[in-house]
Amino acid sequence: MAEKLNAKIPEGELAEKWTNHKSHIRVVSPANKRKLDIIIVGTGLGGASAAASLGELGYNVKVFCISDSPRRAHSIAAQGGINAAKNYQNDNDSVYRLFYDTIKGGDYRSREGNVYRLAEVSNLIIDQCVAQGVPFARDYGGLLDNRSFGGAQVSRTFYARGQTGQQLLLGAYAALNRAISKKQVTAFPRHEMLDLIVIDGEAKGLIARNLVTGDIERHAAHAVVLATGGYGNVFFLSTNAMNSNGSAAWRSYKKGACFANPCFAQIHPTCIPVHGEQQSKLTLMSESLRNDGRIWVPKKKEDVEKLRNKQINPSQIPEDERDYYLERRYPAFGNLVPRDVASRAAKERCDAGFGVNETGLAVFLDFSTAIQRLGKKVIEQRYGNLFQMYEKITDVNPYEEPMMIYPAIHYTMGGLWVDYNLMTTIPGLYAVGEANFSDHGGNRLGASALMQGLADGYFILPYTIGDYLAGKIQEKKVDTNHPAFVEAERAVCDKMNKLLAVKGAQTVDYYHKRLGRIMWDNVGMARNEAGLKKAIEEIRTLRMEFWENVYVPGEPGEFNQELEKAARVADFFELGELMALDALNRRESCGGHFREEMQTDDGETLRDDNNYMYVSAWEYKGPDAEPERHKETLNYEFVKPSTRNYKD
Amino acid sequence: MNFTLRIWRQANAKAKGKFETYTIENISADTSFLEMMDILNDRLIRQGCEPVAVSKGCKGGDPVAFDHDCREGICGMCSLYINGRAHGPDDDVTTCQLHMRKFNDGDIITIEPWRSRGFPVIKDLVVDRSAFDKILQAGGFISVNTGGVPDANAIPVPKEKSDESMDAAACVGCGACVATCKNGSAMLFVSSRVSSLALLPQGKLEAARRAKAMVAKMDELGFGSCTNTQACEMECPKSISITHIARMNREFLLANLKD
Repeated sequence: MAEKLNAKIPEGELAEKWTNHKSHIRVVSPANKRKLDIIIVGTGLGGASAAASLGELGYNVKVFCISDSPRRAHSIAAQGGINAAKNYQNDNDSVYRLFYDTIKGGDYRSREGNVYRLAEVSNLIIDQCVAQGVPFARDYGGLLDNRSFGGAQVSRTFYARGQTGQQLLLGAYAALNRAISKKQVTAFPRHEMLDLIVIDGEAKGLIARNLVTGDIERHAAHAVVLATGGYGNVFFLSTNAMNSNGSAAWRSYKKGACFANPCFAQIHPTCIPVHGEQQSKLTLMSESLRNDGRIWVPKKKEDVEKLRNKQINPSQIPEDERDYYLERRYPAFGNLVPRDVASRAAKERCDAGFGVNETGLAVFLDFSTAIQRLGKKVIEQRYGNLFQMYEKITDVNPYEEPMMIYPAIHYTMGGLWVDYNLMTTIPGLYAVGEANFSDHGGNRLGASALMQGLADGYFILPYTIGDYLAGKIQEKKVDTNHPAFVEAERAVCDKMNKLLAVKGAQTVDYYHKRLGRIMWDNVGMARNEAGLKKAIEEIRTLRMEFWENVYVPGEPGEFNQELEKAARVADFFELGELMALDALNRRESCGGHFREEMQTDDGETLRDDNNYMYVSAWEYKGPDAEPERHKETLNYEFVKPSTRNYKD
Repeated sequence: MNFTLRIWRQANAKAKGKFETYTIENISADTSFLEMMDILNDRLIRQGCEPVAVSKGCKGGDPVAFDHDCREGICGMCSLYINGRAHGPDDDVTTCQLHMRKFNDGDIITIEPWRSRGFPVIKDLVVDRSAFDKILQAGGFISVNTGGVPDANAIPVPKEKSDESMDAAACVGCGACVATCKNGSAMLFVSSRVSSLALLPQGKLEAARRAKAMVAKMDELGFGSCTNTQACEMECPKSISITHIARMNREFLLANLKD
C-alpha cells in the first residue's frame, strides 16, 4: 500500500526542494523530444499552457478540447485575479507568506512541498503573462496594480478588471496558437476523451469522440496529461460551465488512477441566489467585490419580513439595524475571510431566519459605504462589468441597492491523486490544474486556481514529464491496432449504445437535477453521518433508475448533445457516490468539508489532526465492489498546524 | 409568458434547412433565453409523452442543437441570431445573458444561426467558427517562449495604453460582428487582437507583421471587406470600438510600406 502512494517529495529544506529536484531529474535531448508524443486533454489554463510549453520544447503534442475552440475552456470565466508573491506593494509579502497563507487557507490538508513550489513559481507566471501581452491593471506610473483577496492580509492579487481568467487564458491560448502555427502542436477541438488506454500498466493514449461527426478515434502517445478541470457539475447547479464535467478523470480512475479527497468541494460565498426551478446554472460574483463590499443581514426579524414582502428596500434599513456578521465574528479579516468561512457564516444567518429574499436563502453585499468613501466612479472602474452583469441577471441596480448573494458550488479541491511530479498512480498519466488534488487541501484561497493552473502548465509539468519520458526514447510508438485500443473502443461504443437503447420516459437533465439535489442537501455545505448514508442509498437507487428510464434521442454517429450529456451524467452518479463515501469516512470538519458532528461551541470547524491528517486516495475495484482507500500521511515539517484563526 | 418560436432546423452541414414553428407557455420573466431553449428541448424530447408519472417512453422529438457553455457571458460559445439581431434585442450582452423580460408576452421570436460564409452551419443553430482560430494562429500572439522573460515591472506601460489594450482584449470571439455585417467581414474581431497587442510595448515589435499576416488569413478564409457600416460595434456584446479597426489599418499600411 505504501508502494501505491509514493508522493516523491524531495528531501531537504523547504526552499530548496524544487531547485534540488529540478537539478537531479532527467532531461530529454532535443533530437529525442522529436520522437516523443504527448497527448493533452483540456485547454484551460493548465492544458493550454502545458501544450504550448511542451510544443515549444520540441515534443509532438496533440491537444483535445470539447469546445469549438481552445479559448472557451472555463478558466475563461475566472474573474478576480491571480496571486503572486511579488511584494510590489511593499507590504512585506514573500514566497514564504504566500506559502503559509495557502497552507493555512487549505486547513492543513495539502502538502508543504507542493504548496511551497507553487508560491515559488508564482512570480514567474506574472512575468510570463506580461511578456505575452496580458493587459493587467496598472497604476499611473505604469507599474502593475494589486488588490486583496480572502485569507490574506497583503495585496498580492494581480488582475485585469473582472476578467482576469479570460486574459490569462487568452495569453496561454495565444502561446498555443503560436505553437500550432509552428506545427509543434495539433489541436482537436470538439473532441471528447471517452477512455484512457493503459498498456502494461502505463498510459499510452486515448479513445476520443469527434463531437461533430460522432466518429470514434484512437490516439496513441508516450504520455497523457489530463487538464480537464473539476467535477463541481455533479451538483447540477454550480458556477461551472454547462459542459464542464468529470468524465475524463473518472474514466481514468476506472482504469487505475487513484482519486484523492473527492469530498473537498468549495462553496463560493458570493453567487447570485437561485431564482427558480428552471435555472440552469449559478453565476458567481467575484470575490474581489469583498474588497469594498460589506456583507450583512438585518438584526431584526421584522425587517427581514418587510424585505421578503417587498415593503421596504434594503437601503432604507438604518446602519445600526444591520448585522455585519463577518466583521462582527472575524474582526481581523472581516469581509475578507476565506470562502469556506464566509459561506458557512451566510448559511448560519439564513438558517437562523435572517435570509433576505423570498426563499430565505440570500444575504446582502453592500457597496454604499465604499461609494460614499471613494465615489461611484472608482467603484465603476473597479467592478463595472460585474455590476452590469448583476443588473442584467437580476434587474436590480447594485449602485443603488445592495446585491443579494448566496453560496454555491464553485471549485473542487479533490481530484486525481498525483505525486510531486504531477503523475497519477498510472505511470505516464499526469494531471494538472483543478483536475489534480495536490495544492489546495480542504479549501482553496481566492486567486489561487489561476496560479496553480499556470504553475503546473508553464513551469512544473514541462520539467517533470521529461524525467519520465527520458526512459521512453527507445520505445517504439504504440500501434493503435493494439488489443487495448480495440477493447476500449468496443467498451465505449457499447456504453453509448446502451444509453441510446434505454428509450425511457425521462430526460438526462431530469436525472441530473435530481442527483444535484441529493448532493446539495447531503454532501453540500453541511454533512452528517445519517445524511451521507442516506445520500449513498439514494444515489444508487437513482442511478439504477437512470439506466432503466432515461431517454437519449438521436444516433451515435452524429452531432448529439443529449448523448454527450447522458454519458457525463452517468459518470456523475458514480463520482457523487464516491464523494459521499469520502465525506462519510472523514469524520472531522476541515476547510470546505463541514461535518455537523464536529464543530466547536460557536459553530467553527473542528479538525481532527490525530486521526485525519492524511489524503484519502480511492482505488477502483470494479463495478460492484467498494473502492479501496489508501492513505497518504501529511507530514508537517516546517509549519505547525494550528486552529485557523481569522478573528484576531 | 407565452411565445411562438420560429427556429432554423438543419440536420447537418449538407442538409437543406428550414424554419419550424413551436409554441412555449408559462415562461417566467426571470428565465434566461437559453433556459427557455432548455425548456423547449425538454418538451421536444418528451413530445407525445403521457404525463411524467406514466412510464410509457418518450417519442423523442428531436431537440434543437445550440452552442452554449459558461452562461455568464464570457466564453463566447453562444451564438444565436434572434429577431434579426446577433444575441437578440438587449444591448451589450451575449445570448446567455439575455432574459425573457426583454420580450413581450405573446411575441413571435425568430431564432437563426450566425449566417456567414466564414461560419458554415454544423447543425440547427450550431456553426463552425474554426476560422477564428486559424486567423489567430496566423499571428495573434507575441513571439515569446515559456521562460526567460524580464520581470513584469521591468517595462512600465502607460495606464491609458494598458486600459485601451484591455478594452480591445475584452473580445470573447463569439462572431456576432461577422454575423451582423452585411459583408461578413471579420474586421472587428481581427482588429481587437491586433490593436490590443499593438498598444503594448511587448507587442509593438511585431505589430506590423502581425496585422499583415492576420488580414491575409482573414481574406483567404472568405470573410468580406469592411465598408464602415459600424454594425459590428453596435452588436458587439463587449462594446468593442471600431477605433481598433482604424489602428489595425494603420499597422497594415505600415507593414505594406515597409515591404
